[in-house]
Amino acid sequence: MKALVSVKRVIDYNVRIQVKPDGSGVVTDGVKHSVNPFDEIAMEEAVRLKEKGKVTEIIAVTVGGAKCEETLRTALAFGADRAVHVKVDEEIQSLTAAQALAAVFKKEGTEIFFLGKQAIDDDAAQTGQMVAALLDLPQATFASKVEIDGGKATVTREVDAGLETLEIDLPAIITTDLRLNEPRYLKLPDIMKAKKKPIEVVSLADLGVTAAAALKRVKVATPPKRSKGVMVKTVDELVTALKGKGLI
Amino acid sequence: MSKILVIGQQAEGKLNSGIAKVVNAAKAIGGEIHVVVFAADGSAAAAQAAAIDGVTKVIQIDRAENDHGLAVIVEPQIVALAKTGYSHVFAAGTTFGKDLLPRVAAKLGVQQVSDIMAVHGATSFDRPIYAGNAILTVEAPAEPCVVATIRLASFQAAGDAAAAAPIEKQTLDVTLPTHTRFVKLEAQKSERPELQSANRVVSGGRALASSENFSIIYSLADKLKAGVGASRAAVDSGYVPNDMQVGQTGKIIAPELYFAIGISGAIQHLAGIKDARTIVAINKDPEAPIFEVADYGLVGDLFTLVPELESKV
Ligand SMILES: Cc1cc2nc3c(=O)[nH]c(=O)nc-3n(C[C@H](O)[C@H](O)[C@H](O)COP(=O)(O)OP(=O)(O)OC[C@H]3O[C@@H](n4cnc5c(N)ncnc54)[C@H](O)[C@@H]3O)c2cc1C
Ligand SMILES: Nc1ncnc2c1ncn2[C@@H]1O[C@H](COP(=O)(O)O)[C@@H](O)[C@H]1O
Repeated sequence: MKALVSVKRVIDYNVRIQVKPDGSGVVTDGVKHSVNPFDEIAMEEAVRLKEKGKVTEIIAVTVGGAKCEETLRTALAFGADRAVHVKVDEEIQSLTAAQALAAVFKKEGTEIFFLGKQAIDDDAAQTGQMVAALLDLPQATFASKVEIDGGKATVTREVDAGLETLEIDLPAIITTDLRLNEPRYLKLPDIMKAKKKPIEVVSLADLGVTAAAALKRVKVATPPKRSKGVMVKTVDELVTALKGKGLI
Repeated sequence: MSKILVIGQQAEGKLNSGIAKVVNAAKAIGGEIHVVVFAADGSAAAAQAAAIDGVTKVIQIDRAENDHGLAVIVEPQIVALAKTGYSHVFAAGTTFGKDLLPRVAAKLGVQQVSDIMAVHGATSFDRPIYAGNAILTVEAPAEPCVVATIRLASFQAAGDAAAAAPIEKQTLDVTLPTHTRFVKLEAQKSERPELQSANRVVSGGRALASSENFSIIYSLADKLKAGVGASRAAVDSGYVPNDMQVGQTGKIIAPELYFAIGISGAIQHLAGIKDARTIVAINKDPEAPIFEVADYGLVGDLFTLVPELESKV
């Protein structure tokens, strides 16, 4: 069984985001980027399934500009066998990314597709569901446990009420939550090996995808800052302050 | 004029408390507001929806398959309804809404507007990006339809209607897939106020160091009639269940009063509490970033300060 894993290049989660003064976006030049953390979890899950013998080949895919090659190299170092780079010049939005990812899924004849539950840049949390809808396939989002057995997957999902378990037929789309696994540290030999693994570059047109109508990004602004409050020295002082404001 | 379809998320006959907030977001646009309830028997939830101010009609779609609210089951029904002339489809930004609505958007061929935090007009909205460290204003194409989830922490609930809206039972001729089967839901039953709607919330972090120690947090919460939350570190370490996680990837909350106890204040955690009215932090590290946003900060050992606080409130 072939597994597809999507990886998105995003600003590293430790970076303090700065909004550009002209409101056109956030500062990205000279800022550390890395693989979206949820996509590392997606990679790790696919690699574990391969180690268990359930998956035979792992294909990493990204949709983005030239710099996303780095992201794919990281995925290859994790254990992907090869990669597909859907190269685009402008910023693309979720539905277009989903159309491209769905096309790659079909073209590769993949049976399972792991995506992150959300990309920590746009925080949209929608691409996996869109891929599933476009392909009319089952989806299990926010997965914290995945078991594959005989053409089916049993997936535990983190939902507001607790943990929900679904049984889905393969092929299927799964989006990963934080507690699915803990991604391994990459070792130097694996990083070296990754340099030699193949990356196929394709365009949206190659995949037969026309970009969907986009949301117009009017402006990006800095949120109102919470002002620093006061430090109290004792519990009594805290209680008095809270009572004074009618909070307790 | 706008005609807005609100997905009336329900479970076991109870309409989700967030729906009144979604209705309020819809009211900011105006026009007709219809709430649709999908259930095996949605009578109770439909009646609750009909009682929300601003709702002009409730559509009740009873079907055995709707019982567990699976996204792949509900989505084709919403798509069929949406095509009958709705300008907007709104759902709450709950795990249910997030699982479901992108499918609807994809089927209708539109980008979804995720997590609306402010409505400027029928097609103009603000939404948070980068864990709420930047606010993006978007203009969505009006055609064929605007599909969006609503960030519940950003909206008040609509009040009670003077007179209940009419409830219309409908049947939709839609074939539903069988490739996805509900197995079980392990829900945490709790007498405590629900995290997402509680007026007060007490959260504990990694510093609690064990699930036994978390009783300090529960005990303060009970005294304050508060809901209980946690940082990711506390959840990952197994001190508390996942549904208590507050933050960018957990629950986004907006209580009147929030206690962050033994929580450092990572940006991902702060993303979940930005709209809290008053934040109180207790941490032994005076340099902890949580103090940058706390209205009241107290430096010291939580294991002595929290029991003392409990005895004095
Ligand atoms: C993609 C991604 C998503 C994430 N999403 C979330 C999310 O949704 N929610 C979330 O919370 N985190 C999230 N995180 C994790 C986040 O980055 C932090 O790691 C996490 O919030 C830390 O939890 P903590 O504050 O409990 O632990 P720590 O950072 O370890 O802080 C513990 C604090 O307790 C204090 N302390 C220790 N002992 C005592 C004592 N006896 N008395 C008083 N104070 C004490 C310490 O001084 C310290 O400040 C996410 C991370 C990533 C990468
Ligand atoms: N441009 C992209 N390239 C590769 N994967 C993507 C892209 N956009 C989204 N994804 C995948 O979809 C997930 C959810 O993203 P989002 O819906 O944007 O929050 C991410 O974790 C990725 O796995």
